[in-house]
Amino acid sequence: MASMRDIKRRKSSIQSTQQITKAMKLVSTVKLQRAKQRAEQSKAYFNCMYETVNSMLAKTGNLNHPYLKAGESSKKAVVVITSNRGLAGGYNSNIVKLITNGDFNKEDLVIYAVGKKGKDTLHRYGYHIAQDYSDIIEEPSYVDAMTISQALLDSFAAGEIGEIYLAYTGFKNTVVHEPKLLKLLPVEPVSGEKDTQETGSKAMMNFEPEDDEALDLIIPKYVTSLIYGGLVEAVASENGARMQAMDSATSNAEEMIDHLSLMYNRARQGSITQELTEIIAGANAIS
Amino acid sequence: MADDRNFTLKIITPDRVFYEEQVSMVEFNTIEGEVGIYKDHIPMTMIIAPGILTITTGEEVSEAALHAGFAEVLPDKVTILAEIIEWPVEIDLARAEESKSRAEERIREHAPGTDMKRAELSLKRAVARIEAVNNK
Repeated sequence: MASMRDIKRRKSSIQSTQQITKAMKLVSTVKLQRAKQRAEQSKAYFNCMYETVNSMLAKTGNLNHPYLKAGESSKKAVVVITSNRGLAGGYNSNIVKLITNGDFNKEDLVIYAVGKKGKDTLHRYGYHIAQDYSDIIEEPSYVDAMTISQALLDSFAAGEIGEIYLAYTGFKNTVVHEPKLLKLLPVEPVSGEKDTQETGSKAMMNFEPEDDEALDLIIPKYVTSLIYGGLVEAVASENGARMQAMDSATSNAEEMIDHLSLMYNRARQGSITQELTEIIAGANAIS
Repeated sequence: MADDRNFTLKIITPDRVFYEEQVSMVEFNTIEGEVGIYKDHIPMTMIIAPGILTITTGEEVSEAALHAGFAEVLPDKVTILAEIIEWPVEIDLARAEESKSRAEERIREHAPGTDMKRAELSLKRAVARIEAVNNK
């Protein structure tokens, strides 16, 4: 049996770990609140953007626009949104898995990384990292999203990449986050008559300037807004995931401390009993 | 009677719902020129160019600097998806002046490698900002 001193030392080390995890949990709870609020505030914008683009595409139908067709290059760009810090449970590895287990060809992928963890892991696996925007994940702004989408659209227009994807963690609620892979470009036109009927009032929509030009201008905004939405949701998910991970770490530490306390008390009792036995045996021997 | 001429104006930015009220008229700049919209406009989607957004609610008129985005016009509702929009009180005049002169200089020099389109856009934005503050 371990000595009393060993047990005590171990217990106090776990206690200080627990204090850290507890503090981290509190911090991420506060951050989560803020990130959640942001994600909810920006939702109105994306829903509206999504509806408008869909109604545009439903109306324009089979337009022969470069943004609606896959580029000639077989390269696929993926914007991978992860976090800069670990200790968030499966948050980062789930995104990485999404890419490594997906039906992508490793050689065809060009990674635009946001978040150090994802970048480092994918780099280790031998993926090609084209750009690293890890600094922005701390406080994503719309301008940051514009920078990324501009870079992507430029390479798309230059024919360096044929398709653009976005890998991020969607924020459903505080405990449910799901890794998602979203196709940004080419935009897939919504097919089927159902959509036309639903957006009946919008089917009569006119455009100023003409459809072609309007698409030229709106699609980049659409891509930017999707990237921004991904960033904001990913930040909320990251903090949610970290909060959960830290919560379970804290309760695990609690369990271990309980167990060690029991061991410590047993050892203490054992040593007292032993001492008593020794004294009594000594006294008996004298008399 | 007055209420009959009102429609809903909703301005959304990526970060917040900027404005949502019943208004009687809204004016702004599109890439095809300036437009003013009353109730019962035909459905239309327009791309916004940097300029002043003027909102008229009955007697009151309020202005904001609107820089980029697009507007979706329906007979009884106008939705503006704005990437950047500011009330005059939010604008830093000194910074706008500075970026105006910087953009002007860049256009005048016309050095190779300068993104002329970008410089022009930034000049337009700065002018819109300054105008919004001065009109207040």
